Order: sequence, then structure tokens, then C-alpha cells
Amino acid sequence: MSTTPIKFYQVGSFAIGNRLLPAQDRAIQSDPNRTNALTSGHRACQGCGEALGARYALDAAMRATNEKIIVVNATGCLEVFSTPYPESSWRLAWLHSLFGNAPAVATGVAAALKAQAKNDIRVIGQGGDGATVDIGFGALSGMFERNDDVLYICYDNEAYMNTGVQRSGATPPAARTATTQAVGTNPGNLFGQGKNLPRIAMAHEIPYVATATVADLRDLEAKVTRAMSFRGARYIHVLVPCPLGWGSESCDTIKIARLATQSGLFPVFEAESGEVTSSTSIRKIVSVEEYLKLQTRYAHLFSPTRRDDVIDHLQAIADKNIARYNLISEGSAHL
Amino acid sequence: MLKQIEGSKAVADAVAACRPQVICAYPISPQTHIVEGLSVLVKNGTLENCEFINVESEFAAMSVAIGASATGARTYTATASQGLLYMVEAVYNASGFGLPIVMTVANRAIGAPINIWNDHSDSMSQRDSGWLQLYAETNQEAADLHVQAFKIAEELSLPVMVCMDGFILTHAYERVDVPEQSHVDRFLPAYIPRQTLDPVNPVSIGAMVGPETFTEVKYMAHMKNRLALDVIPKVAADFQKAFGRSSGGLVRGYKLEGAQTVVIALGSVLGTIKDVVDEMVAAEIKIGVLGIIAFRPFPTQAVRKALAHAKRVIVLEKAFQVGIGGIVIENIRHALRGTGVKDYTVIAGLGGRPITKDSLRNFFNAACSDQVDELTFLDLDQALAESEILREAVK
Repeated sequence: MSTTPIKFYQVGSFAIGNRLLPAQDRAIQSDPNRTNALTSGHRACQGCGEALGARYALDAAMRATNEKIIVVNATGCLEVFSTPYPESSWRLAWLHSLFGNAPAVATGVAAALKAQAKNDIRVIGQGGDGATVDIGFGALSGMFERNDDVLYICYDNEAYMNTGVQRSGATPPAARTATTQAVGTNPGNLFGQGKNLPRIAMAHEIPYVATATVADLRDLEAKVTRAMSFRGARYIHVLVPCPLGWGSESCDTIKIARLATQSGLFPVFEAESGEVTSSTSIRKIVSVEEYLKLQTRYAHLFSPTRRDDVIDHLQAIADKNIARYNLISEGSAHL
Repeated sequence: MLKQIEGSKAVADAVAACRPQVICAYPISPQTHIVEGLSVLVKNGTLENCEFINVESEFAAMSVAIGASATGARTYTATASQGLLYMVEAVYNASGFGLPIVMTVANRAIGAPINIWNDHSDSMSQRDSGWLQLYAETNQEAADLHVQAFKIAEELSLPVMVCMDGFILTHAYERVDVPEQSHVDRFLPAYIPRQTLDPVNPVSIGAMVGPETFTEVKYMAHMKNRLALDVIPKVAADFQKAFGRSSGGLVRGYKLEGAQTVVIALGSVLGTIKDVVDEMVAAEIKIGVLGIIAFRPFPTQAVRKALAHAKRVIVLEKAFQVGIGGIVIENIRHALRGTGVKDYTVIAGLGGRPITKDSLRNFFNAACSDQVDELTFLDLDQALAESEILREAVK
């Protein structure tokens, strides 16, 4: 029997707070008295980015609200792996209704709280990218437009993972999914505009929009905390790699999320009332190839024939993001 | 208070008197005047502590209602026709959760072809959704049924659809004794939810249930739905005591004593039917009427009892099951099984076609001497339909 070597330090992550920092600056997850909103024992896959993101986001929201939140969950992996009856991993008030209605159900929860003058209780809606950018999009836009007092968090793993990795409106170009197979002359997902939900959210001029990834969990905690300081509709879009759907190693979830930001494919920024207020500059810039080659959903770009045309196309998308969000600062280094 | 008032306005006033805390609204004819009326009552402060949400679709309307009801608020919405169909996924979800939402369905046809006028195709399509369904005969009853519906819904923790005929009732101005606030306050206690989303006592609602327990959950839902057969008459009796008039209940007989033929129907058409039956009884024809108020759960025993002396029944329906025939008739046959009572189905009033006394009189007279087919489409232009069928066949 082989033994697992003990790791004393989590390498390559800023998730665990430095105990030398003042208490208020430490990671919420490092607090031994944190809430554990999504507790262990659930049925997510090894290396699931969504489970990680949801735990950090909701524990941050619990701390920010003095543990007074109600969470509305769309149908999807997060719902299925957390609540197979009679079990539940949720240690907070939680409601799952349908796939396409989480934002509207959250609106109803917020309305009921307002009518009952329970203004100290806050509402969070959450779902995957399918629930958010596709089937629940109308409900989400309605919730934004009315500026209902809801924080909606999208855990984006870029396809319908719960049903077996089918393409969603958030699936990136060229990616292989079960419905965009790596066959023919243009293998994988087609090139199009994609559905850029953070920008669509900004177009509603809601008080707060932010993006984050599971590579920088301190940043995710900070953004959820900041989101809870606003009233009205707020939106956070979290990139959460999916080892099963992306064809990556379970141990590479954090690494791949980091490469997504370092390549510029996934820009990390904040916006208020429709205007970008800050972006996270890239410390070490990498080519998109570094990101793509760790995922079998892009394997057809490298063999049997290398598709430089497609890789260049993806690089152009990353470069556009870098320019648009000003992701290169003086401290950025090229690798 | 007696008022000369539009049906929709009477319903809006009655709903407001029930003090709902969340109302979600999306426009669709012929329901729209109800939520318009409520929007005024919320905005001018008549209805206090109520959130009126203008949603972006009927699917959102029912979804907002689900969230609000699960958070302990008394919740109301209204819809019709395509709107009801658009929210169907959430309709089933609300009943699955046992949320006591009250919804008006201003009955209207379903397209294609698009048609805004009255029939019962919309609510009949939801007869298996797990909601209770009550059908109003008059605007007075429509207003009263809403007050009763909140009480029934909250006592059972089940959602209730109050169905009223679009345009025929919703847009008709007539005299209605609108339930007064003080009376409603005495009749309808504050809503105490069975379970609510609360950070202090957190619960998980909406878990995935597998094959090992799903049948039991559905069986329990069926048994809970059947409990309404006791609760609906009890609430109607309480209502009569509190308001001094009879409204609601399971079924309502009219001139049933000695009736060999009984006409069965739901909703406003009962008024026209009673007029025709009055004339026929005056001509010494042994005919009576049975109005069905509660269609879900179906009052099997009450129907069987009311039809104990009938030799034949005529079921008049404003909807039908394509490929088979009537819908209500199937339920009546279930109640009458083993009795040998003859039955005739007449589909009438589809897409708002007027149901005239002349047509009814002719049909009832023919049926009383068994001179009609088992299934009839009233006032069908047979020649037109057959020529079109022939033309299609030639192509």
C-alpha cells in the first residue's frame, strides 16, 4: 500500500490565510469558526471546481450577513451532488425549484422577506452556466432589470456537465463537448460571439458585477463580501474547471483556472453600475496553448494535425480581453 | 358591500381583502384587469405590506410565487390560456412542494389557432397537476371563491386554482356583494406556513428523490389532495355562516328532485342551462342540473349521490381530449360506474362560440329521447368541416 505524502503547505494558492495577518485580513476559510455552508460528504467529483467555489462563496456570504442568508439553487450538478434525499450538505436555508427559474424564485424570496420586514436576511441565487446563460437567462435578466435585492452567482464550467457534457451558451469556441464533437473540418464548438454574461449583466447597469475564479479564492471571498455590501441586483461569474467535462486531471483544477486568467481567456474584473472599476492584472502572462494543452476537450487542436489557425484564433480572443480589461501592468512578466 | 362592478375588479377587491403579501403579475387577456386592479390597490396603500412584482413571463410569475410562498408569504397570481401553459413546469413544482399559492385562471382557449375567447382548455390541461381546481358560476361566486381558496389552500398546504370564464365573467359588469375587509379578517386567519425558509432554522427544500421513495411521495400527495373533499365543504359552510350567502362547495344541484335527465357542467354556462331547464321543467320534462364546483379533487361520492335517481346524464364541456372525446365525462363515468346510467357528451363554447338557449333546448330535448350521438360538437358546421377534410384528402 502506498502512502500519501503529507503536505504542510498548499502550493500555488493564496487560499489559506497567513496566520500572521490581522484576523480581519485572513481568509474566511482559514477561520476555524467558519460556517461550513456546504459541508463535506457530498457527491461531487474529485477536483470539482464548482463545489470549491460554492463553499468559499457561501461561507463568505454567511460571514458578511451574520449568517442570515437564504439560497436558491438552480437544477444542476451543484443541486444533485448536494441533496440526494434524504441527505443534504447544506447548512443554511436552501431551496431548489427548477432549472430555469432560480433568479425568479430568488426574487420571490426577497419579496416575501421585504413584505415581512425581514430586511436583515439576504438572498443568493446560484446555478451553473446552463441555468444562467441559457435556460434561466430570461428570469435572470428580469431580476436584473427590476434591481431585485438578490446576489446571483454563476459557477461557470462551460457546458452542461450534469447531463453529460453538452454544449451551453458559455462553451468556448473549439471546445469538444458531447454535442460539439471533435469531428469534421471544424472540430469542437463553433466560433461565435459566445454569451458573455458579465457584460450582459453590466448592460443592465446593476449595482455590482464581478468575475472570479477558483484559482484566487481570497479574491472570490472578497468579491462576495463586497457584493453583500450593496442592495439591489448583483452578479458574480466564477470560472470553475470541471475535470470530467474538460478532460483534465483532478489535481489541476486550480492550475487550469489560473492559466485561464494568465492567458487572458478569462478576465477577472469588477464593475459598478455598468462601468468597469477594477481588473486583476496578470502577473505571469502565458500563451493560450499552455491552458489548452492540459485539457482533452482541446486535444484535437494538437493531434493528429496541429491546428495553428484555431489556436491563433483563441489567442486573438485572449489578446482582445487583455486590451479591453487592461490586464497587463508594469509588473506583468511574460513566460 | 353591493356594487355594480366588473368581475375582474370584484376579484381584485376580494383578493386584496385577503391581504396577500406577494402578488406577481404578467399581462394576458382576459386575466389582465385583475392584476391591474390589484396594482392600484397596492400602490394607493389600500393593500398594505404587499410586494407587487411585474415579472417578465408567466414562468417567472409562478416561480416568484414559489419563492415567496416558501418564505412564508401569502402569495397570489393570475393567468390564462398560453400563460398557464407557459408556467406549467412551475405549476407542478408548486404543488409538489405543497405551497398554498392561490391563482386565478381566467379561462381562455389554447392555440393554434390563436384565440383569446373563453373555453376551458387551459385549466383542464392542468387537472393532473396536483392543484385544487374550483370553477365559479357567477361573479359573486368568483369573488367568494377567492376568499375561500386562501383558507382551503392554507389549511391543506396545497395550491388552489380559481377558474372563472374569461370575458363572460371577467369582463361582465353586474351586481356583486364584494367581501368586506372586516368580514374577511374574521373569516381568514393570518397565514401560518407549515415550513419556511429561515436562516435560524435552516431546511433544504427540493432534494432529489429517487425510485426508492418517489412512489410514496406521490401517493402521499394524492391522499393529501383527497383531504380537500372534506375541507372544501367545511370552508363553504363556514363562509355561509360568516357572509350569509352560499358559495362554493363540491357540487350544486338544481331541480334534481324527480329529474330523470341531469345536465352536468362547470362555470358560467350553468346560468344558461338553468334557464333552459326551467322552461323544460315548466313543460313537464323531468330534467335537472348538476354544477361541478370542485373539479380537483374530483368529488366522486358527491356526484354519485347527486345522480342517484338519474336515468341519463348530459355532460356539457368547454374542452375535450383530442383523439378520445370529453374530459369531464370520464370523471362522471368514474363516479357512475356500475349504475348503468346512459351518458351523452356535448362539446360546446370552444374558442368563445356563444352557447345559445335554442341550441341547448334542441339538444336537451333530443337527448331526453336518446336521439343524439354519444359525442356531439354543438352547432358544428358539419358541411364546412367535411368539405375541408375532403379537400385535404384530395391533396
